[in-house]
Amino acid sequence: MDEQAGATSSVESIFREEHGRLLASLVRRFGDLDLAEEVASEAIEAALVHWPVDGVPSKPGAWLLTTARRRAVDRLRRDQAYAARLAVLQVEVERAAPAPPADADSDLPDERLQLFFTCAHPALPADDRVALTLRCLGGLTTPEVARAFLVPSATMAQRIVRAKKKIREARIPFRVPGADELPERLPGVLQVVYSIFNEGYAASSGPDLQRPGLAEEAIRLARILRRLLPAEREVAGLLGLMLLVHARCDARTGPAGELVLLDDQDRGRWDRAMIDEGRNLVLVALTGGPPGLYGVQAAIAALHDEAADVATTDWPQIVALYDVLLSLAPSPVVALNRAAAVAMRDGPEAGLALLDELAGEPRLRGHHPYPAARADLLQRLGRFPEAAAAYQEALDLAGTEPDQAHLRRRLQATTTPDPADT
Amino acid sequence: MKYMLLIYSGATADAADQCVFEDWVVYDKTLKEAGILVGGHSLKDLTTATTVRVGPEGDRIVTTDGPFAETREVLGGYIVIDVPDLDVALDWAVRCPGARDGGSVVVRPIAEFED
Repeated sequence: MDEQAGATSSVESIFREEHGRLLASLVRRFGDLDLAEEVASEAIEAALVHWPVDGVPSKPGAWLLTTARRRAVDRLRRDQAYAARLAVLQVEVERAAPAPPADADSDLPDERLQLFFTCAHPALPADDRVALTLRCLGGLTTPEVARAFLVPSATMAQRIVRAKKKIREARIPFRVPGADELPERLPGVLQVVYSIFNEGYAASSGPDLQRPGLAEEAIRLARILRRLLPAEREVAGLLGLMLLVHARCDARTGPAGELVLLDDQDRGRWDRAMIDEGRNLVLVALTGGPPGLYGVQAAIAALHDEAADVATTDWPQIVALYDVLLSLAPSPVVALNRAAAVAMRDGPEAGLALLDELAGEPRLRGHHPYPAARADLLQRLGRFPEAAAAYQEALDLAGTEPDQAHLRRRLQATTTPDPADT
Repeated sequence: MKYMLLIYSGATADAADQCVFEDWVVYDKTLKEAGILVGGHSLKDLTTATTVRVGPEGDRIVTTDGPFAETREVLGGYIVIDVPDLDVALDWAVRCPGARDGGSVVVRPIAEFED
């Protein structure tokens, strides 16, 4: 009995790993995401029945693909109209093209790149791109995707159905863009992965500050992209950035789940191996061409990770990198972070002056880090009533409970200044 | 697969005035040479448009297509092309002179019903 339970769970872990590859291979052959998903899950079901009894086959991926393909061919034979709609014959020649060779991780060829580009296609709404990527490439079930984004399962199911309908009806292709299109299309794919990471790193609402499962999923997806697009420096930059930030994950929350800011984190709890890997990726990202958005952000994260404490952090270099970032993509959120770095380099007064210049920015309205950053600098300048007002403003805007608790503690400190703080 | 490119003029002025006529001639020629052009027309000015509705009693309601808000985008014409997928259709839309100078091109797949 135990043996069987063990076999089942190993089957499930194989399924999760292989799901994206299986789906991508099926989509390439049949050109239809719905059919691919259906026969992929039928093959998994068959595996769950047979493997615990017969043992896991030596090539599980190939077993799943063969089983799924048979089911798909049966389906198409039975339903000629469906087959005609997919125009299977018309594109058969193209699909007979040799598949890329399998790599060491799996006996299935890795054809996931095309699926990444389809899921992140600019013709799909941004929310749908994220949902579809998690569903098709992350191997998350629809309820899992829904939970990750704190929306009801039915809402997420609708979103995924709508996205798949558009792919089918508008015929969004399953293909990797050519070299000339890649610079235009790759940022969309990276954006999807990064927004999955951000939702995991700084959850926008809910009881938990971080959902590391999502951050780790984003890192896993970025590793796949890195392997499939080794020459793209921004892919290295994105993976590096996420590793360098995620390395601090454990130190970012205290024992009661409360937020611990960079200044107060126990740097001994940072993941050194992750930092080393991230730093190597920064080198890749910033060598051999002009810097990209993710590469520069990764470099900033690396400078934080390399510093022994806040005081010895290389703030002039961080300010310089924010300048580069602003020149690549002007944004008030980047300007906000730059102002905070300037405050560390030149003192709170200089930082506050820069923050006040941003007061009219519509994109910072409703963004709680803005009043929180002002409050911090006002407090350091001893302007407590103004600091209290700014903390209150931030508190009214913050979405997660740990964020709110942190701001409440800081607000209290403005009325009863801690002697250690001054 | 057939796609219709709906060509809207920008909010500021008439697209026909904005784009150089030669650009359209070149675009039309390129579409024809690529063998993907199914059809298309450009439309006269919106002030020449008339709208018809039929009421619940079968009564005929004829109106002009006004009033014309300044900011409104106006359909100035359409082109139907037959291409393999949306990416190819979008490439052709990007090359359309109507997509420039504040204009826009909406790409819609054409519904085809089986017999």
